Amino acid sequence: MSTVAFLGAIEIGLVYGLVAIGVFLSFRVLNFPDLTVDGSFPLGAATAATLIVTGYDPHLATAIALVAGGLAGLVTAFLNLRFGILHLLASILTMTALYSINLRIMGKPNLAIIMEPTVLSPFEGVALSASILKPIYGAAVVAAVVILIAWYLLTDSGLAMRAAGANPRMARAHGIATARMTYAGMALSNALVALGGALFAQMNGFADITMGTGTIVVGLAAVIAGEAILRPKGVVMAIVACIVGSVIYRLAVALALNAEVLGLAPSDLNLLTAVLVTVALVLPGARNPVKSLLQRTGRRGAAP
Amino acid sequence: MISLSGIEVVFGAGTPLENRAIRGIDLDIPEGTFVSVIGSNGAGKSTLLNTLSGEVRPSAGRVRIDELDVTGWPAARRAGLVARVFQDPMAGSCADLTIEENLALAASRGERRGFGLALGRQRRETFRAQLSRLGLGLEDRLSDRMGLLSGGQRQAVSLLMATLQPAKILLLDEHTAALDPRMSDFVLRLTHELVEQQALTTLMVTHSMRQALDFGTRTVMLHEGRIALDVAGDERHRLGVDDLVARFAQVRGEELDSDALLLG
Repeated sequence: MSTVAFLGAIEIGLVYGLVAIGVFLSFRVLNFPDLTVDGSFPLGAATAATLIVTGYDPHLATAIALVAGGLAGLVTAFLNLRFGILHLLASILTMTALYSINLRIMGKPNLAIIMEPTVLSPFEGVALSASILKPIYGAAVVAAVVILIAWYLLTDSGLAMRAAGANPRMARAHGIATARMTYAGMALSNALVALGGALFAQMNGFADITMGTGTIVVGLAAVIAGEAILRPKGVVMAIVACIVGSVIYRLAVALALNAEVLGLAPSDLNLLTAVLVTVALVLPGARNPVKSLLQRTGRRGAAP
Repeated sequence: MISLSGIEVVFGAGTPLENRAIRGIDLDIPEGTFVSVIGSNGAGKSTLLNTLSGEVRPSAGRVRIDELDVTGWPAARRAGLVARVFQDPMAGSCADLTIEENLALAASRGERRGFGLALGRQRRETFRAQLSRLGLGLEDRLSDRMGLLSGGQRQAVSLLMATLQPAKILLLDEHTAALDPRMSDFVLRLTHELVEQQALTTLMVTHSMRQALDFGTRTVMLHEGRIALDVAGDERHRLGVDDLVARFAQVRGEELDSDALLLG
């Protein structure tokens, strides 16, 4: 594998690490299988790209993209909590709606921002090539997010969110408004995913309507891979594992695509991902979100 | 003072499966009283408990805690006033959280949960001291996952969790029913100790007539959603398990007779 391909894999792995943390929050912490991410990832990209093209400051554009993702998460939580729609279905509804919304935002299926200023522009004067700058910038953002989320999950409020997901009845008996916690967690989760989308668009110079397809599978793959490799005991390590899993997953994919013997093309990526996730699911003893998703469906009552 | 007046609870009202779980209960529990509640399956024991905790909303009647009308308050809002231990040892704590995290959750029961770290040195010290009282060696396992504990250990911790914060009433829902005899004795003794120490107003649901008479200051028997027997003081002291069983049979018998009359 060439250095550029290696750095590229690290860069994408870091950006998708944000997605993995989002998936971890919904699937693991809230016990809320959420597919909204397939829509909120391109939502973040579309929002940021469109705002940048219209002349907004890239940082402001990224912040607005983050908020937009949070709103998407709130919609899914609202559909589930207010109307009792099964979480999985609620998230598919939001995801489907977001496809049209993303098209509306961009006005066309593909938006190039390769020549526009991005959050990376201020650093371009530094004597670093873009292929090195991008992973470093990604690592900085990811480190900040990991610290913030890990810290939050260790606070009284974060503990309440974890209890609301793990044992809602017990949580209510301890005065935790579980519905409010679900709203907050879903907003946080999708805001992170949208942030990932916004960064992805700026690092790669485009936003595309189809870029969200399979985001949830990639996120799950990262969460599962991270857990398999690090076997985290505490919640802080679990967050770190999401990032590690995401980067390793990307490296594995890059390796597979680069190995001439295998004869794989980039277009085989989705097949590869699906195979990898399936293997992870079938492996005995693996704690995996999809299995628990299928078992938990319907167990969770509508929170008052 | 906890006061239930004219409580009625109907599940599935207007459907063929309509179930009138509670059919008019008035109950005043003065501060510091330990009430044991007995009754057969379906007598309304758990529903009564859930009405007090806010998980079930009565279709008629009022629930007051210290003159405060909490009838419309959901469980989470009432948590500052009501502490409870569930029957299922797995239900009272989070298996994936550590012992100290579970205790931290309970230590903030009914309070605003802010953005300060949940566990600091001071809290850990307190928890360690509290846990050492159990004599189960859990004080050295603060950062173990709750799921690693046995059912009895978890129930003992749940009990501790329920008493970390002051409450107007402690609700115990057959909290020893799922434990082996030795652990059940242990948890009962612990209950007695904690309740005495903190002079807690307590309502304990139990299946065991023995327990109902041995623990507490007052015994209430429920039958078909009504209070069939309510004894305290000397009268209760004179009652043996046999007397209670006889009273129980009598209540059921009378019910049968009146039914027979109706049908006749």
